[in-house]
This record gives sequence, C-alpha cells and structure tokens, in this order.
Amino acid sequence: MGQVKAGTAVEGRDAEFRSYYGRPVIKPPVWHEPHMPTYLYLGGMSGVSSSIAVMARLTGNPRLARTARLAAAAGASVGAALLAAELGRPERFLNMLRVFKPTSPMSVGSWILAAQSGLSAAAASADLAGLLPAAGGAARLGGRRGAARLRGGLGAALLGGRRSAALLGGGGDTGILGVAEDRGFLGVAGDAALLATALTGPLTATYTAVLIADTAVPAWHEAYRELPFLFAGSAMAAAGAVAMLATPRAQAGPARAVAAVGAVVETAAGTLMERRLGMVGRPYREGRAGRLMGTARMLTAGGGLLAAVAGRSRVLTALSGLALTAGSLCTRFGVLEAGRASAADPAYTIVPQRDRLDAVPGEGLQG
Amino acid sequence: MAERMGFFTDTSVCIGCKACEVACKEWNQLPDDGFVFEATSYDNTGMLGASTWRHVAFIEQSRPVQLPSADDGAEDSVDRWLMASDVCKHCTHAACLDVCPTGALFRTEFDTVVVQSDICNGCGYCVPACPYGVIDRREGDGRAWKCTMCYDRQLGGLEPACAKACPTDSIQFGPLDELRERAEERVARLRADGHEEARLYGESPSDGVGGAGAFFLLLDEPEVYGLPPDPVVTTRDLPAMWRWAGAAALSLAGTVALAFLKDGSLRRGGRHHRWGR
Amino acid sequence: MAECHPVGFQWVMEAKARGARVFHVDPRFTRTSALADRYLPIRAGSDIVLLGALINHVLENGLDFREYVLAYTNAATIVSEDFRDTEDLDGLFSGWDPDTATYDPRSWAYASTEEQPPAEHVEGGRRHAEAAGPETYGAGGAAAHPSPQTDPTLTHPRCVYQILRRHFARYTPELVERLCGIPAAAFAELAEAVTANSGRERTTAWVYSVGWTQHTVGAQYIRTASILQLLLGNMGRPGGGIMALRGHASIQGSTDIPTLFNILPGYLAMPHAHRHDNLEHYLEREGGETGFWGNRRSYLVSLLKAWWGEAATEDNDYCFGHLPRLTGDHGHYTTVMGQIDGTVKGYFVIGENPAVGSSGGRAQRLGLANLDWLVVRDLTLVETATFWRDGPELETGEMRTEDIGTEVFFLPAASHVEKEGTFTNTQRLLQWREKALDPPGDCRSDLWFYYHLGKLVRRRLSDDEIDRPPRELTWDYPEHGAHREPSAEAVLREINGVGPDGRALSSSTQLRADGSTTCGCWIYCGVYADEVNQAARRRPRSEQDVVAPEWGWAWPANRRILYNRASADPEGRPWSERKAYVWWDPERGEWTGHDVPDCEIGKPPDYLPPEGARAQDALAGTDPFIMQSDGKGWLYVPSGLADGPLPAHYEPHESPVANILYGQRANPARRTYDRPESPYNRPGPLFPYVLTTYRLTEHHTAGGMSRPLAYLAELQPELFCEMDPRLAARLGLGNGDWATIVTSRTVVEARVLVTGRVRPLRVEGRVIHQIGLPYHWGWGGGGLVTGDVVNDLMPLVLDPNVYIQEGKAMTCDVRPGRRPRGRALLDLLETYRHG
Ligand SMILES: Nc1nc2c(c(=O)[nH]1)N[C@H]1C(S)=C(S)[C@@H](COP(=O)(O)OP(=O)(O)OC[C@H]3O[C@@H](n4cnc5c(=O)[nH]c(N)nc54)[C@H](O)[C@@H]3O)O[C@H]1N2
Ligand SMILES: Nc1nc2c(c(=O)[nH]1)N[C@H]1C(S)=C(S)[C@@H](COP(=O)(O)OP(=O)(O)OC[C@H]3O[C@@H](n4cnc5c(=O)[nH]c(N)nc54)[C@H](O)[C@@H]3O)O[C@H]1N2
Ligand code: SF4
Ligand code: SF4
Ligand code: SF4
Ligand code: SF4
Ligand code: SF4
Ligand SMILES: [Mo]
Repeated sequence: MGQVKAGTAVEGRDAEFRSYYGRPVIKPPVWHEPHMPTYLYLGGMSGVSSSIAVMARLTGNPRLARTARLAAAAGASVGAALLAAELGRPERFLNMLRVFKPTSPMSVGSWILAAQSGLSAAAASADLAGLLPAAGGAARLGGRRGAARLRGGLGAALLGGRRSAALLGGGGDTGILGVAEDRGFLGVAGDAALLATALTGPLTATYTAVLIADTAVPAWHEAYRELPFLFAGSAMAAAGAVAMLATPRAQAGPARAVAAVGAVVETAAGTLMERRLGMVGRPYREGRAGRLMGTARMLTAGGGLLAAVAGRSRVLTALSGLALTAGSLCTRFGVLEAGRASAADPAYTIVPQRDRLDAVPGEGLQG
Repeated sequence: MAERMGFFTDTSVCIGCKACEVACKEWNQLPDDGFVFEATSYDNTGMLGASTWRHVAFIEQSRPVQLPSADDGAEDSVDRWLMASDVCKHCTHAACLDVCPTGALFRTEFDTVVVQSDICNGCGYCVPACPYGVIDRREGDGRAWKCTMCYDRQLGGLEPACAKACPTDSIQFGPLDELRERAEERVARLRADGHEEARLYGESPSDGVGGAGAFFLLLDEPEVYGLPPDPVVTTRDLPAMWRWAGAAALSLAGTVALAFLKDGSLRRGGRHHRWGR
Repeated sequence: MAECHPVGFQWVMEAKARGARVFHVDPRFTRTSALADRYLPIRAGSDIVLLGALINHVLENGLDFREYVLAYTNAATIVSEDFRDTEDLDGLFSGWDPDTATYDPRSWAYASTEEQPPAEHVEGGRRHAEAAGPETYGAGGAAAHPSPQTDPTLTHPRCVYQILRRHFARYTPELVERLCGIPAAAFAELAEAVTANSGRERTTAWVYSVGWTQHTVGAQYIRTASILQLLLGNMGRPGGGIMALRGHASIQGSTDIPTLFNILPGYLAMPHAHRHDNLEHYLEREGGETGFWGNRRSYLVSLLKAWWGEAATEDNDYCFGHLPRLTGDHGHYTTVMGQIDGTVKGYFVIGENPAVGSSGGRAQRLGLANLDWLVVRDLTLVETATFWRDGPELETGEMRTEDIGTEVFFLPAASHVEKEGTFTNTQRLLQWREKALDPPGDCRSDLWFYYHLGKLVRRRLSDDEIDRPPRELTWDYPEHGAHREPSAEAVLREINGVGPDGRALSSSTQLRADGSTTCGCWIYCGVYADEVNQAARRRPRSEQDVVAPEWGWAWPANRRILYNRASADPEGRPWSERKAYVWWDPERGEWTGHDVPDCEIGKPPDYLPPEGARAQDALAGTDPFIMQSDGKGWLYVPSGLADGPLPAHYEPHESPVANILYGQRANPARRTYDRPESPYNRPGPLFPYVLTTYRLTEHHTAGGMSRPLAYLAELQPELFCEMDPRLAARLGLGNGDWATIVTSRTVVEARVLVTGRVRPLRVEGRVIHQIGLPYHWGWGGGGLVTGDVVNDLMPLVLDPNVYIQEGKAMTCDVRPGRRPRGRALLDLLETYRHG
C-alpha cells in the first residue's frame, strides 16, 4: 500500500520508515555510463598530471614532465569531449560558457575545465612542437598559425590515448626525445601555460567532488567533506600510474611516490567517509556500487603498495600502474553508482530527514 | 518584480480526478509518459517528471475492520484514501536554478522558477539537485523540463491551467501571502473539526528551501505522499563544500610537490633545468 | 459522484465546507467515499433493504414530517380492498399472472365510491404486455383517481400510510446487517443523520446514478428513495430532492427530445398501432384528465403542427396518423434479438458503441453480423464498426469475416466542440454551446447528417400515400457555410414553438389545441422567449442570487427546483425562514420567491377545485405535484409501474444468496431472454463471487472517446479488476498479476488491483467477496490501450419498467492467470455452462 514499511537496518537499529510505494523521493542522476565516471577519472588524472608536469619541469625531470604534460592534455580534452557527449544537447556545449555562476559547481567547473584543457593542451603541444623538425619555424610563427597548431595538438590529443601512447612508447628508455634546446616563443608560452595549470590542475582534480556533492543525492551530498579527498587521492593514484607507466622508470620516481600517497589518501578518505556517513553510506558498501568500491579499494591499496616497492622493476611498475588506473576508474564508477542507488532508495532521503526532524522538536513541519 | 505568485494545494479536498494532470499536459502539449499499469492504487504516472508536471498521488490507508458478526477476525479495509496533486515547489532557494550552469533556469517576475528550453543544454545537473525530485531530463529531447507555473498564461493574465481545471479548488493560485493566510485558516478549521493530522507543508519561509512557492496542506507525513520530510537546498552547504575541496586541492598540490622534493632528482646534477632558462 | 461527475462534485464539497454531512453507500470505497464523512459498504443489489429500513425507522418512530405528508402526499388515501401485498403473498403483489409473467394492476387502485376510471387508464398489466407492452409506462402521466377516499387520521388499515408500515415492518437494521452487510451501528448513524437533518429547518438530498438504476429493480430503487424523501418532507424544497446524476453530456436532452423508442418529445407516449387508431383515441387512453397532463392535447397538437405545419389540420387529426406506431417492445436488447433472428435488417448506430458498451457483447456482435446493412456514425472507428474484421469471435473461431454479410457504412461525426447547439444537463438546464472549430475532413454534425439525409430521402419520394408523412414534413432550416450546415438556432426556435402571430412563445401555458400554436417540445417552451436564445445566457453567479436564474435556461419555465410549491406550507408560508424558497404573497395575491414558482402564479393556497374541473384547474391550491393527476406525491403507486405499487427487495437475477424476505427470489416481472445467446449463471458454488461494474474518472463509457487520447489512456492504461486482499490471497493472486473472470457468457482477463477498498461482506452468515470491473476497454476503437470487453460478461436481463440492463450485480468466478485463447476459451466456458 501507500506506506511501504521497509525495515532498513541502520547501524544496529531498524528504521521503520514510510514512503510512497517505495518510490524514490528524488531523481537519480541522469548522467550516463561510461561517460560521466570516465570523465571524473580523466579530469582527476589530468589535474594531477598537470601538477606533476609542473613539478617535473621545475625540478628538471623533462621525461616525466613531458609524459605528464601529454597525459594532462589528453585527459582534459578527452574528458571535455565525454562531458559534451553526455549532454542531452551536445551541440549546445558552449552554452556552458554563456554565464559564470558561482552557485553552480558545473559552471565553475566548466570554466576550470576550459582553462585546464586549454592550458594543458597548449603546454603539451608546445612540448610536442619542439620535437618536430619544423618546430623552430612553427614556433616562430606564433599568432594565428600558432593557434592553429594548438588546435592540431588538441586534435591529436582528442584522437585518444593510443596515438599519444605510441608517441610516448616510442620514447621509452632510449631517450630519443631530447629536450628542445631552442625554446623560442612556443616554448615560453608552453611553459607559461604549464605554470598556470599548477592552479587549474588541482582544481580540476577536486571540483568534481563539489560537482556531485552539490546535489540532493544523499550519498554524495552528505559526503561533501571526504569526497574531495577521495577524488584527490584517486586522481593522484591515477596520474601517478599513468606517469609511471609512460616514463622511463629512472625518471618515474616522483610519479611512484604520488601514486603511492594517492592510494593511501584515497583509501583513508573512503574509509573515513563510509564510517562517518553511517546509514547514508550503505550504498557505497552494497550492491553493484559496493562491489565496485570494494574492487577499487583492493586495486588501489595493492597498486599503491606495489608502487611503493616497485622501484625499477618493470613488471611491478606495470602491475602497479595498471592496478591503480583500474582502481581509480572503479572508484569513479562506484561513486556514481552509489549515488544512483542512494537516490533510488527513498530510505536514504527520508530516514535522515525524519531523524533530523524528530531530533529537534518543534522544528520543521508544524506537526 | 510583480507580487510573488504561488500555489496552495489543499489535498483535503482533492478528489483525485487528475484534471490537473490532463489540463497541464494539454496546455503545455507534453508527450505522454507511456501506458504502464503500475498497480499502485489509481496512480499510473508514478511521479513528477519531464513530461508530467502535475502528478496526483493515491494513498490507500487501512485499519483493521471487524466484519459484522464475523468470527474470522479482523480484515484490512481501506478507511482513508489520500489524494494529492504534486507540482514543482518553485522554491525560494531553488537548487535547480542555483546549479544550472547555463542560466537556462531563471527566476521570473512572478518569483517562479522556469526553464528556458532554448538555452538548456541538457547537462542534467538540475535533476539530482532538486530535493523534491521534480525536474527531469526528457529522453530523446535531451532537455530538462518542469512546471513553469504557466508562465505564458500568467503573462496573459490567466491562472495556470491546472488550477483552472481543478473542480474542487484543491489547487488554489494567487499571491503567495494571501494563500498562506488562507491556508492557516483552513488548517485551523480542519483541526477544530478533529483532523489533528492536518498540517501545512512548504509554507514556512524558514524551512530548508526558504519556503516553497507551491505549498500544501497534508493529512499525513510528507513522505507518505512521496515528499521529502525536511528538504534542504543543496547549495546551502556549497561554501563549505568549496572549502573542503580547496583543502583537498591544496593538499594535493602539496603532496605532489613533496613527492618531488623527496625524490632525489633535485639533487642529481646535470639533469637540472632552471625554469625558462 | 466524484468519479463520474467531478465537476458537479465541487458543490458537494462546497456544501461540506458549509457543514453538510456526506454519506456514501457503495460496494467499493471510491474517490467519493474518500471525501465523504461516512462510507457504508453495501452488497451490490441490496439497496432497497437499506432504504426500506430507513423508511421503517421513520414510520416506527413517528419521524415523518406529518404536516407535509398529510397535505402533499397520498399517505391518507385508501387503497382498494382487492390489493394484496408481498407480505401476504410471499413476495408477489396481487394481480400476478404466472402465464404471462406480468401484473394486472387493477387491484392496486385507490378505493373509490365512484366509478373506476376506464380500464385503459390503468396502465401496466396484461393488456400492456400483449399490445403495447409496458413501453409507455409513466409517459404522459399515470392516471389515478383524482378524488379518492382518504383518512386524514392515517389510521384506516387500508390507507397508504398503514400499508407502508406493514410493508416495511420487516426491513429492520438486523436485516440490513444480514443482507447488505452494513453493521447496525453504521445504519443507526445514517438513520439518525438523515432524520435529524429533515423537517422544517433542514433538508436532506439523495444523489444517485447508475449504481441504483442498472438493476432488475432499478426503478424501484428510486421509488424507495422517493418514499423516504416524501415522508421526510424533502421534495420540492431547497437542499432536498433526489438527484439523478445523468450520463453522457445531454443524455437528459436525449430523453426530453427522446432517442427512446417509446416516447415523443416532452414525455408524450408514443402511439401504439393497435390501441390508438386516432387522436381522440390516443388522448383518451394515454394519461389522466387532471393535473397538467390534462393539457396534453395542446402539447401534442402543437408538436404535430411543428412537424407537419400547413399539412396538419383539424380535419386530418393534425397528421396524427403520420406518426409511427409501436407494435411492442423495440428496446435495444429486443432489437438485438431481432437482428439475430433476421427480423431486423438494417441498423443505425449513432454515437454509441454497443459492441463494447452494451450487455452481452457477444449477442450484440452476433446481431450486427446478421444485418444487411449497418451505419455507424462516430468520431473514431469504434469496435461496433470493425467487429467483422477484428472482433473477439474471430479469435475463438465463432465468426469468420468471409461469412459476415453486413455492409458497414462508417460516417465520421463532428464532435461537440465542432458544432453548435445545446446540452441539457443533469438538472434540466439547457446550455448553448458555440462551435469552437470546424470539423476535420468529412466529419459532419449529426444535425447536418439527418437534415441532408432527410433532403435526399425526400427527393426520392413518390406521390404515393405511403410517402406522405415524410413528404409533408416541414424540412426547411436555414443553411450556412460551405457544407450547408443547418441552423441549430432555428431548430431550437422550432422546439420552443411560435404563436399565431409568428413570434416565439414564452410559456407552455400559451399552447393551444386548435392548431394555432406550434411547439417541438412543450417542456422546452420558453427557451426562445422574446426571440432570444435563453439557453445562451451566461451571467456569472457573482452577479445574481443563489438561484442564478440567468445562467442558461432550465425546463420547465426556467424553474430550478421542480414542485417547489412544496417549499411552502399548505397556507403558502415558508416552512421556515431558513428554508424559504417560494411563497404566497397575500397582498399581491400571487406566488413569489427566489425561483419561478412551480404552480399557477395566481392560484391561492385555499383554492379548491370545483366539481368536474380538469387539467390544472382540478388541482387544489395546496397540491404541489402538478404533473400528477391528483397533485400528490405518491408514496404508493396505484398505476404506472410494471412490478408493483411498492418497492420490495428482490435479489439480483444472479445472486449468491437466497431472498430471505420472500419465497420470490428475484423481481418476478424482470425481463429475461430465454435463448441460447443469453445464458445465465446458475445459482450455486460455480459462481461464488458478486461482480459489479463501474466507471473510472479517467475514461468514458465504451472508451471511444478516451482510449484514443494519450493523456487519458496513460492514466488508466489497462483493464483491471479490484478485489479484496483476502480473496486475492485465497486465489494466490498478487497485486498486478493477471486474473481471469468467468461468467456463463464469456471469459475475460484483467490485471489485479488488490485493494482494501473492496471489502468482503458478511451476508447471511457467509463472507461474500465482491469483484469490481471498470468497463472502458475494448479490442480496438483506435485505442492506444486495449483490453477485454467487460460487457461480454454481463447477462441480458432487464428492469421491466425502463428496460435497463442489470449491469451492477451479478455472479462470477475468478481464476488466477490469463485467459485461454481461441478454441480453448470456448472449452473452458463449456465447463462452466454445463459443469
Ligand atoms: N469519468 C466518467 N464520467 C462519466 C462517465 C464515464 O464513463 N466516465 N459516464 C457517464 C455516464 S453515461 C453515466 S450513466 C454516469 C454514471 O455515473 P455513476 O453511476 O456514478 O457510474 P458508475 O461508476 O457506473 O457506478 C457508480 C457506482 O455504483 C456502484 N454500485 C454498483 N452496484 C451498486 C449497488 O447495488 N448499490 C450501490 N449503492 N452502488 C452500486 C459502483 O461501485 C460505482 O462506484 O457517469 C457519467 N460520467
Ligand atoms: N458493464 C457496464 N456496461 C454499461 C454500463 C455500466 O455501468 N456497466 N453503463 C451503461 C451506460 S449508463 C451507458 S450510457 C452506456 C454507454 O455506452 P455507449 O453509448 O455504447 O458507449 P460510448 O463510448 O459512450 O459511445 C458513444 C460514442 O459516441 C461518439 N460520439 C461522441 N460525440 C458524438 C457526436 O457528437 N456524434 C456522434 N455521432 N457520435 C459521437 C463517441 O466517439 C463514442 O464512441 O454504457 C452502458 N454499459
Ligand atoms: S522544486 Fe525542484 S525543480 Fe522546483 S524550483 Fe525547487 S528545486 Fe527547482
Ligand atoms: S539540464 Fe538544462 S536546466 Fe538543467 S541544469 Fe542543465 S542547462 Fe540548466
Ligand atoms: S502551473 Fe501550468 S505548467 Fe505548472 S503544473 Fe500547472 S498547468 Fe502545468
Ligand atoms: S484537479 Fe484538483 S481535485 Fe482533481 S486531482 Fe487535481 S488537485 Fe485533485
Ligand atoms: S466531462 Fe463534462 S459533464 Fe462530465 S464532469 Fe467533466 S465537465 Fe462535467
Ligand atoms: Mo449512461
């Protein structure tokens, strides 16, 4: 009947609650898989890759810097493409940039992402341009032609990982990709762009937590404290993993460290979040989301551990990198799925609100 | 801005005729929602959505009834059938509007919340943001839709189609302040008549959404009607969210930096390039 | 009422807001029950017990409104010595003839010292059955002796009051509990409320619709309520009355200007081939001479003048001979039997979908399949027009398209928004409606269709005598527009009628029997008064008093409450200030008040009719019921009914329980069809449940107007059956499952809606489960949603007075799961018919 009495075990007690035929109170997120969770992964990966690139550039680790630059650019642009594809009206993607709305994390995020993808693409293409024979000339052209090239770089990045990976893979240990000595205008602009990503990178990696927390979805909203750390950790693990995989092992030390710490942060934030959320955290532990989150936990912890001990072992590095990448992806899919599950079950909306009302007599409704 | 207009939906006189649902669809030329028998009393539309902007809920409540001279015990027989027409609340603090990245959702001169369909890009963000589960993205069409409080009719000086069609005046449209007064009187009257359970929902400006532009008189707890008992506009916590995200971002940057500083690469000679040279 | 008359129900809500208490009596807890103060569940088909017990409660406790009863009803009238009650004859009244299965009502008459009225005046009985049948019962007003013997002390054992007391004595609260399933406490509350809310200061209203009419005792249901209302003084007074909530838009209009076979406009009886040779004969034999029906000559002659104009003269009986004649029952179901038998060859179906909407769908379709030609005029291709290519009998193999010879013509019709005209609503209010848009494509209004069909027919007429009636018809309405649409306003004016000066008349009292006036329907006379379309008036209620006389126009004479003379006491003073409605103003020497007084405006309350007076002159100044030959409200009906002068409880034709009141189980006079196309459920354990059918707010009748509309179809997408949780559990059915419902007619499948809104009732010590089925689905009709035809389950059994089918109470069986298909369905049916 109208008032479905569902027994929901809540940390040792049974919550009797009433609902309308067990129907959800709020709407589940309409975002599709794999677009949205992949975007969350790519955004995080891109953001932290930028941080790595900046630090690598600053600390004189060109090989790491290059991989990270390219990873950052690829992540941001593929992510943006996925985001556009996710829209109900992709052709209206640019409507995002009609306004800047501080109350909308998606608006703020769109600007962050726009900046991040632009800057990281500029940084990456500048870097790549230096490799080409005509690089100097092209670099000197600047202006409109430079912009065109930039778009070319973006296009290359958009083509996806395979192309970039091939490019990178071609590098490997042999070190044919020397550092462009003649930096010229392009090099300077690229470095400036890279430097700017020191700001946009961490924001790209963490704003997505606000993006999903700023909803009525209980498992997301209530987790707004831990989610940014969970995402930051996941992003570090992801970016560290990519850098580890694509950089000569000798130069990948910091990446391994980032990955290992990221794994720790992700695990800690996740554990903390689930504990603090209590009943509302159940979707992270149950069903498909629970399985995803569990798998993520294992992969991340294992990958992190491996990263810490991998040293220069090729096999361990590869294993660790793959585990961390998979772990980060699982986390994102898991979080999205948990949100969906928590929106679909009215208990997560009703029980906490009811408890809140019951706890404060005279508050809320006139009863 | 003109006077704030709103709805007072008095569910105690709703007869569940669904004229409001049909009138809304007719006026706004909405598509149907499919032909599915839900076996949930007389409700086959389920809940508000992209193509259902008024939704009438049907709640059968039973209590054990003794059959006359029956020896075989009590029987569950319905003794209350609650009906209530739900609609977008046109929140004072509207989460959907707050989070909309394109500005497609805006506040009108009647203090209502409306989607501009030519701007909406279907990002879907408003959908999980609404604490009442009102707005939704329409499959195929890709845009988000919800009640406009008949913005077009209001501009033409007409009352909304649903209110116009409601035979029992369960849906009352007018200046919000007047409606609130009327609602208080109605609740007082019902309570005096022994309906202790009568209560208003969404009329208080001090609630989690700053008061709804469409509020209700209910005869049971809101969740029984599929309404959240204590909704809060999600953006209330937004500053805190940004603070936590900022902290995470800083920690992230710091951690990465630390990873490099700890790494031997700074100390190793020859590979060191100064920034920009 | 909330379900089927939601717009009208707003006034119930308004009354409730002003303090009225609302009781709802229904087998199911409906949207109406939800808003009522009290809901009384009842076993379908047992309302006479409930109403009878209320009457008994009033009589035994002396709660009747004695002054009203004495002055305005026939309570004091003394009935013939020959009369025997059901209480004496175990469920039969005197006059029963088992051979013809009809009553001879002569023994029901009032005792009289004078000569009895001519035998023909006593309607009903054998003569009617043989010749006219009861087709014209009530039309033209049943005659009773205008000045019978009375006993104002109400103590004479044969006075109506005492007869009532004896008749209803056994209708007790205990019986209500045993037969209706209504607990005694609930009955007591109802009885208390109804009586406490009646009298000088207060009035109680009863509202009914087809939950009361679609029974083999349908007319007697309403009669029982009438007795109660008359005893309590609730007739002709504001806030009182018995409100018939009618069906289709303007279904009231379609009885006023009838689509029925047995009456002419304004409830004049249809002439009969053998009883009415000429006008004199007809007038002599149909209706009484006293009361307003005494003027029926003026009504009929004016009607004939409207139809045949110049051709109608005194010499030729005003063309009375042109009128078609009845030869017997030409009602819907009998006509269908004629189709099956091959005596009916052609059929017009206008705005009806009998293949889905009428009882015994299979019989309907067998009839349609045996015609030479069939014309269907509808908005969409309804099942009645397509049965030959997709009907259920094709699936079972009972019919094959190639064997069906019926030539079907489908002519698309304009809908009500695509044409102008009037609706007559449930309270007799005519409302003019403008055309909103042009009909699409070939769709044409029904007025256009008949008018141009008439013109085509007339073009083909010969000079032969047999063609005279259509040839001489006045058939000349102004036409307009590209499609030459006849003017609906001209038709309304013709209905209103014109006087010798050629001007529209303003009142039926102006009608003359000498051929100088015309009038298409005497009760509508005045709708075009002053050459103004009075039905088109739309003055808002905020600009006039509560009676709102300038909103539309109500027949007769724009009166909003019929018989409102009864709202004043015999001296003409309001019964109370609170209930003042119309009253006698001694200074001005006329009746006045809020409404148009329903009596002669200058007739003083103390007027006594002189000896030999006729028509209205024969009514005293105290007589409010001016259409009755004696001006009285009839507690006891001496003539005009086919099944008895008083209501008695009979079980429905198909019932799971015996009649514990009488040996006579069901209404003896009910109409059945004893033939293979009309099987009935045998009593017994094979059909253990009570089945009732009804409507949903979301759909309309046979569904032709709602199933094709997405916005309605989505609201109730599938045929479902409502059953109580205990029965569902016993049958192993869950909410949303499929169930199969079986009667001896057919097998139908429906989704299950398990709901405590349907209660099992304890009746006669047994728990009786009731099943409810809405009947809006069919297999086609352009529907976006389809479903089995519920009417295929219904028996062909009718009320003997008005020939309405018993659609509200029958027996059935329920089986879990979907129904068998094809041949297997017939096999299952066999096991129920013969098993
Ligand atoms: N939405 C909508 N409105 C309509 C129509 C429609 O199809 N849809 N149809 C129109 C037409 S044509 C008509 S005639 C009217 C009919 O209007 P209603 O008479 O109101 O219609 P029903 O639903 O057929 O029957 C009314 C109720 O009678 C109950 N009932 C059945 N048997 C008994 C009984 O023995 N005793 C009592 N007391 N109740 C009983 C049923 O459970 C049902 O709830 O509605 C008109 N209005
Ligand atoms: N089991 C069961 N059966 C019942 C009843 C019940 O309660 N239970 N109720 C009975 C009652 S009360 C009724 S009234 C009948 C109704 O039964 P039907 O009259 O057979 O069914 P409707 O669907 O109302 O058919 C009316 C048709 O008229 C068409 N129409 C509408 N407007 C116009 C117009 O202007 N011109 C023309 N030419 N066509 C038009 C519509 O499209 C529709 O198809 O059903 C009866 N059958
Ligand atoms: S109810 Fe939801 S959709 Fe409506 S204004 Fe509030 S937040 Fe927006
Ligand atoms: S879906 Fe449309 S209305 Fe909703 S937030 Fe996105 S752009 Fe705004
Ligand atoms: S106000 Fe208009 S748009 Fe909103 S529910 Fe009512 S009819 Fe629909
Ligand atoms: S129109 Fe009015 S009475 Fe009918 S369902 Fe809607 S709110 Fe209720
Ligand atoms: S459909 Fe027409 S007649 Fe029926 S309730 Fe609605 S407005 Fe009244
Ligand atoms: Mo009807």
